[in-house]
Amino acid sequence: MAAHLSYGRVNLNVLREAVRRELREFLDKCAGSKAIVWDEYLTGPFGLIAQYSLLKEHEVEKMFTLKGSRLPAADVKNIIFFVRPRLELMDIIAENVLSEDRRGPARDFHILFVPRRSLLCEQRLKDLGVLGSFIHREEYSLDLIPFDGDLLSMESEGAFKECYLEGDQTSLYHAAKGLMTLQALYGTIPQIFGKGECARQVANMMIRMKREFTGSQNSIFPVFDNLLLLDRNVDLLTPLATQLTYEGLIDEIYGIQNSYVKLPPEKFAPKKQGDSGKDLPTEAKKLQLNSAEELYAEIRDKNFNAVGSVLSKKAKIISAAFEERHNAKTVGEIKQFVSQLPHMQAARGSLANHTSIAELIKDITTSEDFFDKLTVEQEFMSGIDTDKVNNYIEDCIAQKHPLIKVLRLVCLQSVCNSGLKQKVLDYYKREILQTYGYEHILTLHNLEKAGLLKPQMGGRNNYPTIRKTLRLWMDDVNEQNPTDISYVYSGYAPLSVRLAQLLSRPGWRSIEEVLRILPGPHFEERQPLPTGLQKKRQPGENRVTLIFFLGGVTFAEIAALRFLSQLEDGGTEYVIATTKLINGASWIEALMEKPF
Amino acid sequence: MNRTKGDEEEYWNSSKFKAFTFDDEDDELSQLKESKRAVNSLRDFVDDDDDDDLERVSWSGEPVGSRTRPGSFQSLSDALSDAPAKSYAPELGRPKGEYRDYSNDWSPSDTVRRLRKGKVCSLERFRSLQDKLQLLEEAVSMHDGNVITAVLIFLKRTLSKEILFRELEVRQVALRHLIHFLKEIGDQKLLLDLFRFLDRTEELALSHYREHLNIQDPETRKEFLKTCIGLPFSAEDSAHIQDHYTLLERQIIIEANDRHLESAGQTEIFRKHPRKASILNMPLVTTLFYSCFYHYTEAEGTFSSPINLKKTFKIPDKQYVLTALAARAKLRAWHDVDALFTTKNWLGYTKKRAPIGFHRVVEILHKNSAPVQILQEYVNLVEDVDTKLNLATKFKCHEVVIDTCRDLKDRQQLLAYRSKVEKGSAEEEKIDAILCSSQIRWKN
Repeated sequence: MAAHLSYGRVNLNVLREAVRRELREFLDKCAGSKAIVWDEYLTGPFGLIAQYSLLKEHEVEKMFTLKGSRLPAADVKNIIFFVRPRLELMDIIAENVLSEDRRGPARDFHILFVPRRSLLCEQRLKDLGVLGSFIHREEYSLDLIPFDGDLLSMESEGAFKECYLEGDQTSLYHAAKGLMTLQALYGTIPQIFGKGECARQVANMMIRMKREFTGSQNSIFPVFDNLLLLDRNVDLLTPLATQLTYEGLIDEIYGIQNSYVKLPPEKFAPKKQGDSGKDLPTEAKKLQLNSAEELYAEIRDKNFNAVGSVLSKKAKIISAAFEERHNAKTVGEIKQFVSQLPHMQAARGSLANHTSIAELIKDITTSEDFFDKLTVEQEFMSGIDTDKVNNYIEDCIAQKHPLIKVLRLVCLQSVCNSGLKQKVLDYYKREILQTYGYEHILTLHNLEKAGLLKPQMGGRNNYPTIRKTLRLWMDDVNEQNPTDISYVYSGYAPLSVRLAQLLSRPGWRSIEEVLRILPGPHFEERQPLPTGLQKKRQPGENRVTLIFFLGGVTFAEIAALRFLSQLEDGGTEYVIATTKLINGASWIEALMEKPF
Repeated sequence: MNRTKGDEEEYWNSSKFKAFTFDDEDDELSQLKESKRAVNSLRDFVDDDDDDDLERVSWSGEPVGSRTRPGSFQSLSDALSDAPAKSYAPELGRPKGEYRDYSNDWSPSDTVRRLRKGKVCSLERFRSLQDKLQLLEEAVSMHDGNVITAVLIFLKRTLSKEILFRELEVRQVALRHLIHFLKEIGDQKLLLDLFRFLDRTEELALSHYREHLNIQDPETRKEFLKTCIGLPFSAEDSAHIQDHYTLLERQIIIEANDRHLESAGQTEIFRKHPRKASILNMPLVTTLFYSCFYHYTEAEGTFSSPINLKKTFKIPDKQYVLTALAARAKLRAWHDVDALFTTKNWLGYTKKRAPIGFHRVVEILHKNSAPVQILQEYVNLVEDVDTKLNLATKFKCHEVVIDTCRDLKDRQQLLAYRSKVEKGSAEEEKIDAILCSSQIRWKN
């Protein structure tokens, strides 16, 4: 069970159960004992919907990682490949199948494409002469994976590049399909808003898909009131800035993968007296991070500067609770104390972990370089010195800091200046190519195509207008007790979330001018509901908006949306969906050009 | 196996009749349970059960008319290729003709809809250009990249290059999919032809250049890069591409030479500091560092001399000094470091100058663990007094801190600093002497 998925306004466990059911049905189709050969990338997302025990119940006896040459020995009737539809994986599968020992017991091969069968991949299998070896070739439409009570992701790492660079709409099609699945489970969403070219496409696809299904009237009472589709390229700025929430910083520094994080083990060594620290663990400490953990749910979305005080308060409460044992005199009191112990011990463990993580992060956030970087970012975002070569960036290049860090800063400067002056752009380009290698010309072109790094057109800088109208920079930010979403970046209010906020109140009509400056159309569509399903909202009842980020969303943006959901007079609660959970580094990395 | 026989029979009994109609599958769909439909919302449902031989027999025995057995695993790709059917699993080994005839009446839009559901469809019957284009347009209007690609594979195979390109030029969505698809399968030749046809010259150039990433052998790579020079890049990029070629050309020469020197064992620098990696394919600045490390004193005429690299690649002074400093400091060649910042004017007076600022020099020297005497010398050259004091304190250049405080007549700071130096050290004595001096008019 994944109880935390049902805590939110919308019970996402329903979706999880539905995809689990589909998985079980596929497994049962391949009768007898089985081994699964995994495309390694998929194990993370699958882990969120099924444990090994579920597979075991359906006669999965062995699991392997997809690798070249021969399959490991396994005395099973079925071999099932769980793979993304990628050509390079087809080559490996073919190698596996062709090197199968003919003299051994005959085994049945199957292939399960996630999230979609690909005719191109099947063509490749055919060219390699193995297509006929597969008995079942099917798809498993794991489009939207529930990550938390209010969070869904497609975990499609190539989505941004495909949409905005290649002009390939396949991932948009999957997004639309995912939305259709959601509507089948949670009812038709009566109103669709959107901003951006891809948002428009997805809305069109949804409307078309709905038309094709007129035969089957959806009779579920709608859970969502609105859908807001947002293109990532409407707000290229936000992911470039360093996230300053607790969860955002964990992701920036250690990278959260499918809700797990791997941390350096030193800080997690059990502290025993007299222990000379000889046997420090060497393997990374792996922790799952989601709202199932009470303490984490409380601190994940806070500005990091507000985390310390919560942790110390918790520490006091927990030690006080443990002290209670001295007051327990009667058998009844002792019994009650003992019954609370497991919960207290879990709380203490959780507190110990987060104290260690906070210490690790603090080492970094208090470093000189982190401070310098943040200063530059904040200068750019508040509009200072965005039109000339920046000393800090120059220093970073000279000291050969990681290329991704440099690119992130240069792109941030470009976005905050509506493009760089040609002279400045050329200077950065030359420095980067000479220091990191000429082949990065290709990456620079990708960034330019995505609009992240470009020359300023017509000498006009639109950013100040956008910044002022949308109040993207707030000088008086309260990190401890925030009153505005800008706390997630200690001053910068994420543009994307501001758009959502303004849509719910007072409506986009108030910002028509800025919407015209931002790329792509903005629109509104209605999906009519039969009268029986129309919602009569109780006074004071919040609306539920599903906000879908096409091209990725950051944890800081999620935190800002959760902040809005929790506002007493906010009026709107958000459920967040995306093609991929990203941060500036993973985003830029996906745009870098690598060998074929 | 969880699904019991009973379940299966119940399923077939209840849905059999529907399953054989020619109607749109959506009708069958509406018969099914809501939850099931939810997850399979866009997929045809009857594909479900095929693993039972009994069922199969009854299947093929039914008068199914022109409709194939639903759930046949024969896929579109079989219809797409001329190649004869290869070794199919037994249940797929039926003569091809059996699948063929059913689809003859399907319109492009029916065909595309079936493709989208992963069903068997022969595209071969679309012979006229008009039919093929209609098929493509249907696919594009569905937005399903998978189907668009499938139709493009068919078009690519059955249309001449010229016609395919011409028709796609006016169909931008399909065109983008074709470009992506060609990149994916690595059909570089057709991709380049396409860019040429479309007159998208810069993309043509970049796409060609990109191929070098896959060439491992340095000689081959160099020759390939040579073919990139003169391609229609932007002016700015052209210069970079030319430099890329020249750099690799140099690296190959330097590498061969140095590998020889190193293995001969006669050259001191290579004996003392064996090379950790080959210089091939390293960035320009790394190459400059290497050359400042191993070939610093060489005359300008040799390919490996730093000055030659500086000139050839027009490396700015700042960059050059920074790199040379790092390399010489690593070797602890303090004399070279000194020379790097010494300039003589026409009267023969020497003066210290650093284009990167002496604060940077100090940082780099410290990173390479330069001794305090050396650090001190450069800290003293920092112009801004606050910066100087900060650096001197940070790197424990006591002399500089003491002298600066004295010059600033800052008694309080000097007093505070006294606690940071060792008891009974020469520095403490010096501080005491200054503090007692009656010559100084302290400002505090």
